[in-house]
Amino acid sequence: MTREKKTKKIDHIYKYLPKSASGISGLDEITQGGLPTGRPTLICGDAGCGKTLMSIEFIVKGAILYNEPGVIMAFEETGQELAMNVASLGFDLEQLQKDKKIKIDHVHIDRSQIEETGEYNLDGIFIRLNYAIDSIGAKRVVLDTIENLFAGLENEAILRAELRRLFSWLKEKGVTSIITGERGNGMLTRHGLEEYVSDCVIFLDHRVIDQVSTRRLRIVKYRGSVHGTNEYPFLIDEDGISVLPVTSLGLEKQVSYEKISSGIPALDKMMGGKGFYKGSSILVSGTAGTGKTSMAAYFANQACNDGKKCIYFAFEESPRQIVRNMKSISLNLEKHVSKGLLRIHASRPTLFGLEMHLVSIYKAIREFRPDVVILDPITNLITVGGMSDVKAMLVRLIDFLQDEQITVMFTALSLNATVSEQTDEGVSSLVDTWLLVRDIESNGERNRGLYIIKARGMKHSNQVREFIITDRGLDLVDVYLGPDGVLTGSAREARKIEEETGVALRDYALNAKDREIDRQRKTLEAKISSLKNEFESAEEQLNRIYNEDILRKQVLSKTRDQMTKIRRGDEETGTAKIKKSKNEK
Amino acid sequence: MKNEKKWELRLYVAGKTERSVTALANLRKYCEEHMKGQYRIEVIDLLEKPQLAEGDQILAVPTLVRKVPEPIRKIIGDLSNEEKVLVGLNIIPAQSIIE
Repeated sequence: MTREKKTKKIDHIYKYLPKSASGISGLDEITQGGLPTGRPTLICGDAGCGKTLMSIEFIVKGAILYNEPGVIMAFEETGQELAMNVASLGFDLEQLQKDKKIKIDHVHIDRSQIEETGEYNLDGIFIRLNYAIDSIGAKRVVLDTIENLFAGLENEAILRAELRRLFSWLKEKGVTSIITGERGNGMLTRHGLEEYVSDCVIFLDHRVIDQVSTRRLRIVKYRGSVHGTNEYPFLIDEDGISVLPVTSLGLEKQVSYEKISSGIPALDKMMGGKGFYKGSSILVSGTAGTGKTSMAAYFANQACNDGKKCIYFAFEESPRQIVRNMKSISLNLEKHVSKGLLRIHASRPTLFGLEMHLVSIYKAIREFRPDVVILDPITNLITVGGMSDVKAMLVRLIDFLQDEQITVMFTALSLNATVSEQTDEGVSSLVDTWLLVRDIESNGERNRGLYIIKARGMKHSNQVREFIITDRGLDLVDVYLGPDGVLTGSAREARKIEEETGVALRDYALNAKDREIDRQRKTLEAKISSLKNEFESAEEQLNRIYNEDILRKQVLSKTRDQMTKIRRGDEETGTAKIKKSKNEK
Repeated sequence: MKNEKKWELRLYVAGKTERSVTALANLRKYCEEHMKGQYRIEVIDLLEKPQLAEGDQILAVPTLVRKVPEPIRKIIGDLSNEEKVLVGLNIIPAQSIIE
């Protein structure tokens, strides 16, 4: 394997140290690839810090994942004891031994049985190790804990010389090895093993602060490689060791323009209509009983309705409690749980240290790959760590979530009634959107007012809205802003009714006036039409008189003509003309 | 060699080194002096039979293992200190050295 790698990466051989992946989640990220291939690594720490476990996991993962068989030389425990110890992590050492994937050689040293006379060397161990390595073609070796030799043998000068020889022999043999050592006074190991192993030294620590223990890991040195230098918390659970490399606080994040709904349409509207940015962090803070959890549940519900996955970390209530309580505001979370879209992760904050919470959150997120994460409430974490610790943890969590483009909603309980100035756990500066729900107390009742204190990168309403929780769910209504100040709850309703009455009265008054005008108009119209009639009859009369006058004039002129004709004597022509005109007619 | 020997000794060495030759010579000498005819020495070269190292829990070479009489005792080194070897093998009691 190593040879193949070398030939493949021949160009890089001077640039990079070949590394063997440990398979321990997180460790390979800190070490940027694993432990130095073909070189010894020292893992040291106090009793019970997980040295043996880490080294065994290295061997087992190597055998299973990377097809690199391994030898465990145990100076403390027998093979059976080891197998039993790690069986709870799902490692079957017996089977692996049968499959020739690993070999365990227990070195038993009993001082009472041993007498030393004269010169000797440790060829016995070399031969055993060599035999074990060759019998399964091992690539990895663990010596746990070789310092026991110092307890069993008297001649320290020989031992030291032999150890030096052993480590250089291991290098020559080309096996990647781990040597464990217990921490000594002022030194990394009791007998100064770090003197011999200089390629890579990992220090494990197990600290108890305020009765809560946290395991931490630090890479003291790693020759020829860059590595993370911080202390990283790690967790030992049913899957073995997981290290959390989250203090890499770069600010080169991907950003998204996609938005996701908060589940409350009115709230979305307050933020420009569509909700939160995907991958942003939202803080909902407020005093007790202001509906923070309900809001979080609504958000979760909406995400699930949209077919997204959501994980809900509850530090106060059990999953069933949440499901039951949310039913009362007509939110059916159960169907999402059974569909596998929603997972509720409940744990008491005091269950373990802050770092451990972070590790377990991290692990759950890695495993479930959600789109939305809810932490309810972060304030409870203060019981297991100071303000600054909680802040540091949240910074790292937000950092990690942003990296993964996961939207996160925190809820925070503010104990102070005059909230707005209080920075909740100091995270308010970190979050992208900060919603504040606060009590507005007046007229002997308590109502909830919701503000958007900030919403980075989006237009948002500056209005206080009343936040109401009913059996039908959550909603926001406009508060009444009047001359008497902000009115909420029943006062707002009363004011509304008052206004409605006013409107009705005004409407009525308007109607009366309209009718009056209508009537007046009608009278006027009637008048106009009668005048018109009068005018028409007058006109007719005038016309008739005029026509009569004309007719009379005509008739008069005719008769005058006839009269003249008759008087002249030519009656016949005169009568003939009359007859003629009659015929013409 | 049918009858049981009182002492059954096994000397583990790794190759024919100066040290292993010295150890074997020393051992032969003490045995001839103190338990003539009652011992048997088996020399095991771990370079030839590495699989045997685990059984007797050999760390160092040379190692002398007293298989019989029980309990098992181990003496490591070139066996240059005669008294220590004899005490270790329970041939002479520890008190006699003090006297």
